[in-house]
Order: sequence, then structure tokens, then C-alpha cells
Amino acid sequence: MEINKLQVEAIKSGSVIDHIPAHIGFKLLSLFRFTETEKRITIGLNLPSKKLGKKDIIKIENTFLSDDQINQLAIYAPHATVNYINEYNLVGKVFPTLPEKIDKILICPNSNCVSNNNLITSSFIFKKDQFSNMNLKCKYCEKEFSKNIVLSYQ
Amino acid sequence: MRNSLYKKNIISINDLRRNELELVLNKSAMLKKKPQPHLLKNKIIASCFFEASTRTRLSFETAIYRLGASIVGFSDGNNISLEKKGETLADTISVISSYVDAIIMRHPQEGSARLAAEFSNKTPIFNAGDGANQHPTQTLLDLFTIKETQNRLTHLNIAIVGDLKYGRTVHSLTQALAKFKNNKFYFISPDALKMPNYINNMLDKKEIYWKRYINIEEIISEIDILYMTRIQKERLDSTEYANAKSKFVLHTETLKNARSNLKILHPLPRIDEIDRDVDYTPYAWYFKQAANGIYARQAILSLVLIEKHL
Ligand SMILES: [Zn+2]
Repeated sequence: MEINKLQVEAIKSGSVIDHIPAHIGFKLLSLFRFTETEKRITIGLNLPSKKLGKKDIIKIENTFLSDDQINQLAIYAPHATVNYINEYNLVGKVFPTLPEKIDKILICPNSNCVSNNNLITSSFIFKKDQFSNMNLKCKYCEKEFSKNIVLSYQ
Repeated sequence: MRNSLYKKNIISINDLRRNELELVLNKSAMLKKKPQPHLLKNKIIASCFFEASTRTRLSFETAIYRLGASIVGFSDGNNISLEKKGETLADTISVISSYVDAIIMRHPQEGSARLAAEFSNKTPIFNAGDGANQHPTQTLLDLFTIKETQNRLTHLNIAIVGDLKYGRTVHSLTQALAKFKNNKFYFISPDALKMPNYINNMLDKKEIYWKRYINIEEIISEIDILYMTRIQKERLDSTEYANAKSKFVLHTETLKNARSNLKILHPLPRIDEIDRDVDYTPYAWYFKQAANGIYARQAILSLVLIEKHL
């Protein structure tokens, strides 16, 4: 089974986020606050990948990501795969799909937006513009930004 | 008509459906014709102005008193203990909401009214302006005035002049009028202050006619409503500003080919974008428009606070 051949130490049970674009892995760790748990986490950076050339990988022991978390991965790592491992066996494979909304992890680029000034969580909904570009609309200030602007604003 | 506005927060004009807008306009007309000084007797409403806005505050407070309700509150956030003690907006609203039946709120930050609604424990929030974002009761009074002067909100030719880029009232007004059939929009502004794309895209999506024009003369004979706004000097460089003054200031001569039903509106305060001579023409309607703010605000307050209206 492919899982056993990975270049990062196998885990007995938990989640493996694979096919993260190189250099994004570290960002995901902080954005999704994975490091704030007591769980054992193994990361691999710049590993060779057939699909991506280079990729990052994150393994979190004894943790199964929620559907929300998995879907939120889609904006940073659209080709990521989340593998669930039990007793060293692959027991499930999930592919993130872009969620309708994304809470907490992004910051609104509008500096006068209340979400930047009150230590509250942010909230965006995804909207397609007339050119089918993905935009993010802030629930609070109602401003719409292109996805890349919001992602680079961290 | 069922009152779907009962207990609703009034945060953004985009949250209101067309039939809800109509409900407010009908109620405004009724209250203008027949005042109801006891309609909100025993209600207490908080008027929380975290930034000063005398006109809007007085309009709301008059509306409240004319319905027999009482007011508590403050008129300038800089001078209140809440701000000085560093309490968060969320905590402030959460506390005030336990005292009153509704909260009118003005705040300099965009999205603050939406945030407040999340912490108000179902006490309705009325957004009286959140930064450059929304000011829904302004739009309601604009709609009420348009309907009152033209007898309809459909099949209208509306010219909007001035700062179309930063003017939140014109964004909301366009969004609201786009909910009604067969309206045409004529946008007149300096290049640097064009209507933002998201508004143009919304109109395109709904297949609503809109076009940019260079000056008011070009279209004066075709329009029913001329909505003027102020251009702030600091938004333009000096040449652009000089240019804007020649093209985007309204004089009585500009009105010589106007339709007889034309009405000129302006959210006020005006600086010099409407010549004072225009005030004496039958087209000038901005002061009556401001007066209508009382009825529109009475209407929305009473619909949110009282479920059944006879
Ligand atoms: Zn925002």
C-alpha cells in the first residue's frame, strides 16, 4: 500500500494531508492551528511528487479532520488528499471541495472592517464573478475581493 | 400583507426583498397621512452613535418620539465611558440589548452593525451607517420619495451624478431600484469616481440598462429623477476637480429641457454641487426628501417592533 512507502514516518492512526503544494505546508500548520494540539505531528517539506513536482505533507496522529477543515484546505491546497489511517492501514481517502463559506482562518483586506478591529472571527463566502474567477465576500463589510488578494493578506 | 420584517435586523438594504421594501413604503405613506403618536408607546429604543452624525440621529430620534417611544443613548462615541474603558463593541451591545427593545447604531467601522446583531440577543439592530458600507434607512427614504413623486418605482429613468465610487447611498439606491422592473440608470461622474464594477456587473447580470454620460445636459430631457451627490475635493486632483465643477454642478440653465415630472434629490449636506437658485424651481425636492426620512424611519421601526399592523 502506498502509505507504507512514504518518505515520512508512518503513523499508526490519524490523518495524513498529502499533495500540499511545496511551501504551503508550513502555512497550513499555523493557519489551521494544528500545532496548538498536544497531538504528535510529522511534517515533510519539499518531497518529490509526481503530480506536483515538489510537495509538502502533514501527518497528525490520532486526529481526524472535520469536513469543514478538509474543505477549507481547498483554497490553499486544491489538490490535497486527506488519508485516514488506522492500524497503519489506509481506511479512507477524502478530497477537499471548495466550501461555500470560510470562517476564522482568513483576514479581511479592508482595514476599516470591523472584523479586523474587534478580535472577532472573520467570515467570507465564495462568489464567482462574471469571468468565473473565485472571489471572497466578507460577511461583515460586504466587500468582495479576489481570492488571491485575501490569501496574500496574511 | 404578512409582516416579515417583525424582529428583523435592518443592517443592509440587500437583506430586504422587494415585497419588504414595498411594505415599508406603504407604511411610510400611511404614517405620513395619518400620524400614530402612540404606536410604540412603552417601547424604549437605544440610540447609539459611536460617531457623530447629527442629521441622521435627529431624524431617527424624531421618528421615535413621533411614535411615542422613549430613547436612551449617546451621540458621540468618543465621549462615552464605554470607549474610554476599552470595552469591545460586542460587550457594549450585549449589555445595552438587555435594556431596550431596539438599538439604532452608527459606527465608523464597516460591518459593525452586522457584528452587533450577532451579540444583541435578538434585540433588533438598525444600522444608521457603518463606515463606508451601508445606511439602509437613507435608501428607504430615497425610495419613498421617488415613489411619492413619480407614483411608481418601475419604468423610471434615473440619473445619478457625482461621486459614484465612494458614495454608499448611490450604491444602495442602485441596488434597491434594481429590484424593480424596467428602470434605466444614467451614471454621470468624473473618471476617477466611476460606479464600482460590482454594481455595473449586478446590473448587467439582471439585464438592466445603464450607461455612463459626460454631463447632465445630455440626458436632462429623458430623466425622471436626478440624484445629485457631493464630490469631495480631496478625492480628485486639482485639474480634475475644476473639470468636475463645470460638468457636475447643477444650475437652473441645465434644467431648461427637463421633464415636468423631474425631481432633484440629494442625500445632503450639499456643498456647491447644486446652485442655490435651483432651490426655487419646482424640481428641487431634496429638503422634502430629508423630511421624508422621518416617515421612512417611523415605518421601519414600527414594522420591526410590532408584528401586526391594521
Ligand atoms: Zn470585511
